[in-house]
Amino acid sequence: MNETPKSLQISPIRNGTVIDHIPAGEAFNVLRILGITRATTDTLSIATNVASGKAGRKDIVKIENRELKKEEVDRIALIAPQATINIIRNYLVFDKKGVQIPKLLHGVVRCPNPGCISNTNEPIQSRFEVTEKGLHCLYCDWYLTEDIAGHII
Amino acid sequence: MRHIISIKEFEKGEIDALLDRARAIDAGDYDRHALEDKILGVLFFEPSTRTRMSFEAAMARLGGSSIDMGGVEVSSVVKGETLADTVRVVSGYADAIVLRHPKEGAARLATEFSSVPVINAGDGAGQHPSQTLIDLYTIRQAMPLDGIDVGLLGDLRYGRTAHSLAYALTNYDVTIHTLAPEGLEMPPNVIGNLRDRGVEVVEHTDIAEFARGLDVMYVTRIQRERFPDTASYYAVASSYRVTPDLLAGARTRMIILHPLPRVDEIDPRVDALPHARYFQQARNGIPIRMALLLEVMG
Ligand SMILES: [Zn+2]
Repeated sequence: MNETPKSLQISPIRNGTVIDHIPAGEAFNVLRILGITRATTDTLSIATNVASGKAGRKDIVKIENRELKKEEVDRIALIAPQATINIIRNYLVFDKKGVQIPKLLHGVVRCPNPGCISNTNEPIQSRFEVTEKGLHCLYCDWYLTEDIAGHII
Repeated sequence: MRHIISIKEFEKGEIDALLDRARAIDAGDYDRHALEDKILGVLFFEPSTRTRMSFEAAMARLGGSSIDMGGVEVSSVVKGETLADTVRVVSGYADAIVLRHPKEGAARLATEFSSVPVINAGDGAGQHPSQTLIDLYTIRQAMPLDGIDVGLLGDLRYGRTAHSLAYALTNYDVTIHTLAPEGLEMPPNVIGNLRDRGVEVVEHTDIAEFARGLDVMYVTRIQRERFPDTASYYAVASSYRVTPDLLAGARTRMIILHPLPRVDEIDPRVDALPHARYFQQARNGIPIRMALLLEVMG
């Protein structure tokens, strides 16, 4: 796993993570999922609407000195199922992997149903199963089908 | 440990077995001491006097006893205790918990913290499986559950009892007919789910035509709160009212059900007609709940 990352050509990072193949326009949602706000001290590069052979247009996010936790990757998978996560160490791609939407999401998205018990102060996390029809709340039985990005916790 | 949370968790065989058990209980065939040493914890976080009384009566008929937490206003809820904590504590006192709660999914949550079986007696706009079993039981007293036309009338958008009954009926060979005021129609995803499960759903707009082709008419309340003012409520409600005239062209064996309480949706003159089964339906709450209590504690 010692190939030189192509993204080096634009703005190389020494250590950190490159999230590639994000659907065009979703880069800022990816940042939000990672808890990166305007007040961040992380060194970031964001490229949006980059020409991409496969998808037409894509976004790329590079974050210095940070490797993602599994829960963070799971959240990204929800809005960028084609994303690839490149872990960079000393300018080289140390690991490269796709993302996978897990079958069960614990504490990842907020239920859109205001009457759902998971939106109260009970000591539980939201729980959804991923189905063809959308994300299914295992507490109240609602389906989350639209604006999944907006419901990610 | 068996919890009773949603009718969706029941397979056809289990539903039929519960209905059979309720019928045997109805005929007097049950052990009056079956739950003699058992205590039912009654947790009602919103008032529903009849449902509570019918669970307590069912428990008493099986020789068991019930404890409750008093009114919501005097209980720990006021002090801000979570449902999770209440359930953890009460499951140490009782052999089963029956829960009524305003939030959807509350019963599911309760199962995660309870050390005893939980029976859902209604959570928000969510599930109320014992009501659905009562509905099925009442239909089955009058006719087989297969090969029938079941009409759902009223607020089908928010009416959880109608959704739940429709879902349960997908276990049988039925055609479901719907009629609702504009804006209160059954949600497309619910209709889609029913069709996915192989049931024919016919949406009606004319109440007379709707009433003529049914074996079962399931009437639900249209709530005044859904309308901007009383006048528009009455305008809508009056055209969805079940009257003796409307029933003149109905099938002879057609029965009318209503989860009660009713307000204006069924003319009191209908009560005397052989079609009216809603008071019988209310009485059926006892054998059904006895069967459920035996299922989880027996
Ligand atoms: Zn929910």
